[in-house]
Amino acid sequence: MATVRLSFSPAPVHVRTARLVGVAVARRAGVAEELLDEVRLAIGEACTRAVALHRQYGLADLVLVEMSDGGNYVVRVIDRAPIEAGLGLAALPPDELANESLTDEALTVGVGFALLAGFVEDLQVRPVEVGIGTEVRMVWPVGR
Amino acid sequence: MELSLSTRALGGHTVLEVGGEVDVYTAPRLRERLIELVDAGATQIVVDLGRVDFLDSTGLGVLVGALKRLRQAGGGLSLVCDKEPLLKIFRITALDQVFPLFATVEAAVEAGPAE
Repeated sequence: MATVRLSFSPAPVHVRTARLVGVAVARRAGVAEELLDEVRLAIGEACTRAVALHRQYGLADLVLVEMSDGGNYVVRVIDRAPIEAGLGLAALPPDELANESLTDEALTVGVGFALLAGFVEDLQVRPVEVGIGTEVRMVWPVGR
Repeated sequence: MELSLSTRALGGHTVLEVGGEVDVYTAPRLRERLIELVDAGATQIVVDLGRVDFLDSTGLGVLVGALKRLRQAGGGLSLVCDKEPLLKIFRITALDQVFPLFATVEAAVEAGPAE
């Protein structure tokens, strides 16, 4: 099993770097070419969510992205925000997203979750095992 | 690829051509440009996403925000998009039911004022 880890300061400019690395490692791991757009989007959404939480809570801690290819391609995006905040970002149903009374922030969060849930068949959002934070765990099949 | 933005007038509409990546880092620039256009009096805006390589939830949030602002002002916003990966994003989020979506700028303009 090969693992690549990337940590970055919680700034929007670095999310693109995380996407690029995530797709490069996915391609190397053997994820099918037609899934790479979805991998790119999902890693971007998970990292955007983590950056938003760190900024919301004034946390300078790094966001961690861990990619590994043991049988499947597994990406974990780990934030250090209080757990109740992270898990509270759960899904808005799609029909709620079209509700024009939503604030822009709530809409963006809801849309982000809808994209994660829509593009990642194997998705888990759960508390980290050690310390404070949540982990977004995404798994894609490897075609080799 | 960096975000690119250019504006032109066509058939009573303001066409904003967007290129590159619209994400959490670049979306604020798209938001600023749309607000500038609305403040300058544009009421019918067509956002052409034909050269967009990447669009995330932040970009979608900006587009919805602009749509709401324009509707409040009695105007409208439509989108031009014919790439399947982007269309899938609109379907998954149900935002295809919120935005008038067209395959070409000409079709968007010919459709007349968007609601």
